[in-house]
Amino acid sequence: MKRRVLLATAAMGLGLATGGAAVAQGMDNVKACFVYVGPIGDGGWTYQHHQGALAVKEAYGDKVEIAWQESVPEGADGERVMTQMALSGCNIIFTTSFGYMDATNAVAGKFPDIKFEHATGYKREHPNVSTYNARFYEGRAVVGHIAGKMTKTNKIGYLASFPIPEVIMGINAYFHHARLANPDVELVVTWAYTWYDPAKEADAARAMLDQGVDVITAHTDSTAPLAEIAKEGGSAWGFGQASDMASFMTNDDGSPGPRVASIIDEWAPYYVKRVGALMDGSYEQIDSWAGMPEGEVVIGAMNDAIPDDVKAEAQAMIDAITDGSYHPFTGPINRQDGTPWLAEGEVADDGTLLGMTFYVEGIEGDIPQ
Amino acid sequence: MIGSIDPVLLVASLMIASTPILLAAIGEMVAEKAGVLNLGVEGMMIVGAICGFIAAVNTGSPMAGFLGGALAGAAMAALFALLTQVFQSNQVATGLALTLFGLGLSSLIGQGYNGIRPPATARLDLGPLSDIPVLGRMLFSHDWMVYASLGLVAAVWAFLRFTRAGLILRAVGESHDAAHALGYRVVRIRVLALMFGGACAGLGGAYLSLVRVPQWTEGMTAGAGWIALAIVVFASWKAGRVLLGAYLFGGVTVLQLNLQAAGVAIPVQYLSMAPYLITILVLVVISADRSRVALNAPAMLGRNFHASR
Amino acid sequence: MIRLERRPTPSRFWTGATPVLAVIATMIAGGLLFAALGKNPAEAIRTIFWDPLFGQFASYSRPQLLVKAAPLILIAVGLSFGFRAGIWNIGAEGQYIIGAICGAAVALAFYPMDAVIVFPLMVLAGAAGGLAWAMIPAVLKIRFNTSEILVSLMLVYVAGHILSAMAFGALRNPEGMGFPGSRNLQQYPAAHNAELIANSGLHWGTVTAFLAVIAAYVLMQRHILGFQIRVAGEAPRAARFAGVNPARLTAICLGTSGALAGLAGLFEVAGPSGQITPDFASGYGFTAIIVAFLGRLNPLGILAAGLLMALTYIGGELAQLTLALPAAAIQAFQGMLLFFLLAFDMLSNFRIRIGRPEGAQ
Repeated sequence: MKRRVLLATAAMGLGLATGGAAVAQGMDNVKACFVYVGPIGDGGWTYQHHQGALAVKEAYGDKVEIAWQESVPEGADGERVMTQMALSGCNIIFTTSFGYMDATNAVAGKFPDIKFEHATGYKREHPNVSTYNARFYEGRAVVGHIAGKMTKTNKIGYLASFPIPEVIMGINAYFHHARLANPDVELVVTWAYTWYDPAKEADAARAMLDQGVDVITAHTDSTAPLAEIAKEGGSAWGFGQASDMASFMTNDDGSPGPRVASIIDEWAPYYVKRVGALMDGSYEQIDSWAGMPEGEVVIGAMNDAIPDDVKAEAQAMIDAITDGSYHPFTGPINRQDGTPWLAEGEVADDGTLLGMTFYVEGIEGDIPQ
Repeated sequence: MIGSIDPVLLVASLMIASTPILLAAIGEMVAEKAGVLNLGVEGMMIVGAICGFIAAVNTGSPMAGFLGGALAGAAMAALFALLTQVFQSNQVATGLALTLFGLGLSSLIGQGYNGIRPPATARLDLGPLSDIPVLGRMLFSHDWMVYASLGLVAAVWAFLRFTRAGLILRAVGESHDAAHALGYRVVRIRVLALMFGGACAGLGGAYLSLVRVPQWTEGMTAGAGWIALAIVVFASWKAGRVLLGAYLFGGVTVLQLNLQAAGVAIPVQYLSMAPYLITILVLVVISADRSRVALNAPAMLGRNFHASR
Repeated sequence: MIRLERRPTPSRFWTGATPVLAVIATMIAGGLLFAALGKNPAEAIRTIFWDPLFGQFASYSRPQLLVKAAPLILIAVGLSFGFRAGIWNIGAEGQYIIGAICGAAVALAFYPMDAVIVFPLMVLAGAAGGLAWAMIPAVLKIRFNTSEILVSLMLVYVAGHILSAMAFGALRNPEGMGFPGSRNLQQYPAAHNAELIANSGLHWGTVTAFLAVIAAYVLMQRHILGFQIRVAGEAPRAARFAGVNPARLTAICLGTSGALAGLAGLFEVAGPSGQITPDFASGYGFTAIIVAFLGRLNPLGILAAGLLMALTYIGGELAQLTLALPAAAIQAFQGMLLFFLLAFDMLSNFRIRIGRPEGAQ
């Protein structure tokens, strides 16, 4: 107990020293810290978070100091890193991976005056813990529509990472819209059991391509699947994931490259908003799940491999989702076993989506247990 | 479901997947034939991967990349040679240190090279050969490094079997004291063998980062170096069997992904374990036959040589 | 001309001095490395070696040193038996994982029962799991003469996949919204490997590590088994004449190191880590090998080496945070440490002679 008070006092002392006072009054200077699960050069998940961090610095200039640590393992090491960040005077700490959940909450309990923001988690055990996520399935819906229209073999692929609700949501959104665009389309899912392992991702993409799949979307973070698709010389297509992966948009000879579009995770709007709230005193604990309307999910530029009419349809869908008039999970949709899930016009509720453990009708195969 | 796996494409993918470990294994075999156990293959491979990648990206030439990878691997092996041959350090510990250092060093050098595309390595155009219905796609449509690796295996086999230098190398591995008494420079031969092994491992690593993935990531070898070590034992230190072992291992890895994509419902983790379990099984079978092992393992393997006059 | 002449017996002075020399050399080389990365070398070295002990937040990082060092020391002590006898257990990482899985499985089987028996059973399960996993290469070596290096190593990868299968399947938290990972054992009091004195870093794993050091010291110095191990390593043929049964020695060495590694895994999963997750394995099994060598395969040396290694980890994290030093630099640093140690080791076994060799010319 004594030590906890010591730690909290030390942190508060530092916080006061750096110009922050009680939150309700706002802070003049904020030190925002980021815990990354991978290297900032991964060109995917962590890279995008770091872009968000840099955007915060750019938005607020000298009033904000940012610090970060990359490739922090989940578990005990993560907890230590967070504690050290807290001790070194961070006012708000963003932990950018699901696996940091318990550590974030544990450390938050010891430092009640520091704000903690946990990405993609669901536990908020203390008032200073907020959680945030993005509606990636909105991006998958658009991309699925493009896939359904562009496939020539009627076999599309999903390079999945882990059988968790977020990925299942993505698979369902992707397939559902591909089916709506093309009733004959079939889905092949491979599970890489990793978020980032280029060799494995390349192998998984190769296995799907060898089975006749010609459009692949990946839930893993590297550019390896696109590099593998590029070897098909124009007869297969893919999408950038988490970041734009624009280097694959055009081939060296000027022809359209394998990346026909991309799903970009834009964390900058959220980060800037939260740090701003801390500074002007309006910060409150939230559970944020934003998407295209808030600019957190962005579809990257579509290249010329996509026919113009498909481009127009995709853009229309983007606009509809962005202005809120269309929800990717709108009925009628049945579950894989045929039982009804959403009636005509009915929209899925967030709770079901966040705990999604079933495929929609038309997908063959089972979710690994 | 399983019928959707195309055996032709499977074999083609297998050959590409196996090339890095084939290269590393054949190099390590030469080093072990000379009597040195270099456990640092993983470290040499990954340093070769990043150095080759950097060379290729900065010069725009994949050839420069492969050369860079080989040189980097040889340099790492030279470090190992210095410690074990001159400083007489324990070979097992030094090999492990090489691996750990290599992993750290490669990550360090590789900062800032994540997510970059290397220049593409050319497919060897074998003209009409690649148009043969089944064999064409399977065997004749690869990049030139695959064929180079096969050539290397043949060259090593011929070297060890038919040349005088190969005989001397084997003699050093079987009895370094006798070879020394005959006037052969044991340390020099071992250093050269080690550097060859390092160059091959570096080449294998460069193949990973330039062709197979092709990208740089920290730790991208993911244990390939250790597999290469196992393959050398599996092959009873014979070049032809190294080829077999490498393709077998690569094959199992590729097969499990294809089985998944074909919808076969075996849990992924059990399929992924298969290559390692099979390696253990084969190791047991090989080692159990004591006569075979006794005939093939270089007698001086793992023992340091110190000339005492 | 510089020659190396083998000493009749290893020099005691150099045997003690080499680790110190190696650390100093690593600091210098590491400093050069950091300078090449654009960091102030003196500041970097100070952040890594000094700050965790005496710096601003040392009251937090000092206990963390114990927490980080405990599994390293525990595993390294076990490994040292085998290494001394020439039995190379490279698969401690796999035994660590299996021990953790077995221990966690026992804990989760009892959940949510609150009984005193839970933790001791977990400890037994952890040790048994690690022991069993290590007996695979042991039996294969005894029966088929298969290289324990390769088998134990292959089993590390197998263990990793089993971990993944467990985290996603059998041991997954049913209330975890479908995400991988077991229940958090830190929140299950009967199973939690809590610190005995709050914030001191002294959890049961740390205590066991200290006990293991003492036990190993006594064993090696006083017990016949210690003698047998040392002889088997230094003079295998003499050992056979002395009545050492190689099969029995293999089984004991591999079994002990497996059990200790399994225990380390159990204490880690029930304590600092808390959960079985796919990423649970953090490489302690491999780092422990460095620690074993750094400590000259001597229990007291291992204690010091483990603490030193923990210092480089904790200090490295601090350097990452405050100096933006890349994580890979620390890994390279640790590899360099082992290299220098192995290189300087030569001095204890050989004498450097300059000049012409004596004898008939």
